[in-house]
Amino acid sequence: MNDKKQLKVSAIKEGTVIDHIPAQNLFKVISILRLDKIHTQITFGTNLESKRLGSKAIIKISEIFFHDAEINKIALVAPDAKLNIIKDYEVVEKKVVEVPDEIVGIVKCFNPQCITNHEKITTRFTVVNKKEVSMKCHYCEKITDSEHMEII
Amino acid sequence: MHSMKNKSLVSITDFSKEEYLRILDLAGEFERKPGQPLLQGYIVATLFFEPSTRTRLSFESAVNRLGGKIIGFSDSANTSVSKGETLNDTIKIVSNYCDLIVMRHPLEGSARYASEVSGVPVINAGDGANQHPSQTLLDLYSIKKTQGRLDNLCIYLVGDLKYGRTVHSLIMAMSKFNTTFHFISPEELKIPNEYKIYLDSLGLKYFEHSDFTDIIDEADIVYMTRVQKERFSDPIEYEKTKNAYVLRADMLKKSKPNMRILHPLPRVNEIHTDVDPSEKAYYFTQALNGVYTRQAIITSILGLK
Ligand SMILES: [Zn+2]
Repeated sequence: MNDKKQLKVSAIKEGTVIDHIPAQNLFKVISILRLDKIHTQITFGTNLESKRLGSKAIIKISEIFFHDAEINKIALVAPDAKLNIIKDYEVVEKKVVEVPDEIVGIVKCFNPQCITNHEKITTRFTVVNKKEVSMKCHYCEKITDSEHMEII
Repeated sequence: MHSMKNKSLVSITDFSKEEYLRILDLAGEFERKPGQPLLQGYIVATLFFEPSTRTRLSFESAVNRLGGKIIGFSDSANTSVSKGETLNDTIKIVSNYCDLIVMRHPLEGSARYASEVSGVPVINAGDGANQHPSQTLLDLYSIKKTQGRLDNLCIYLVGDLKYGRTVHSLIMAMSKFNTTFHFISPEELKIPNEYKIYLDSLGLKYFEHSDFTDIIDEADIVYMTRVQKERFSDPIEYEKTKNAYVLRADMLKKSKPNMRILHPLPRVNEIHTDVDPSEKAYYFTQALNGVYTRQAIITSILGLK
């Protein structure tokens, strides 16, 4: 462990460390990755100092390794997140997240007249801009941008 | 060539240029010979969750001319829907009873969703402010019929260009035919930027005007729309503009001989009745073309043509 900040939350033997999560979005990341359903050890740290984010959060999940498609979902709320894959207390791989082309079931459509806001339907969007995230609803064809984005 | 067979028609962007052209050719066939009993033994459900008499009658006339039977409702007030049945359940049940569903619904995206849960193809007859593709196809048919072609035309769109879904769909469809667009609207109802960006990306020419006076001389098609009071945040603005986007007979004096005036109807006052006797007034024939176009859409989707 050469990163002093990581020491604030105890080290893990095997698993995934997700760093550089904006502190205010920690619980969104937890919900997107369904960490509440995981039974292995998880430690969280939040309101940690960060030069880039002001205040950041970190999550260490023991014995869990995510698929890229799974982990990329958090790019909507934590675009600068960095992943460290840990094996035997060592970082064996570093990854960054990337906004996926399609977003299924995470975001609420911004359009109050959209059918997805009136019936139990899994939302689906095509991402039209990855930098300042904006996405087009598969159903009503309206654009939801990052400013109006609400995580389900 | 049955590429449209069993495919739902939800959005104008669902089909290619070739598929549009095939529908228009077929519509021409039905205009020459409207009574073709191709739908004998077929049942079409017209589910109008909100009333739209003209669109429903146009579809039902098309089905009747084809010899098909119709089930359905014209208003959801006295149906299981008013008892709280979900759209999912209504569509799943009705699709057991018919070969094709024609649906109008007030919520946007409802037609796409219905097409995903239905066992039979769905034709979107309007989903809120989103799409109404059979209207666009009948507009294309009217343009092709009056101009003899769709390529390289100059189209003037007048009125509510911000909220008008017929205008937006028409722009998307005509952008495949090297069209030059003129957008004429009050400041509050200007064409949304996304359409200008789209036209820029295709390298198509367009011009914006706020003044609707002697500018239609170059037009091949003038497409008029209603300017609705409820679209204005300031009622005084509406009062100032409501008479500024009205087409009158004297404005047609120097227009091209081939120019034709279209309107999705109903009109309020945006086309003065003194225009009606002109041979350039095409809006009532345009409505008739809707029946032929819908015959073409229905038979293509059912793989009968
Ligand atoms: Zn939507």
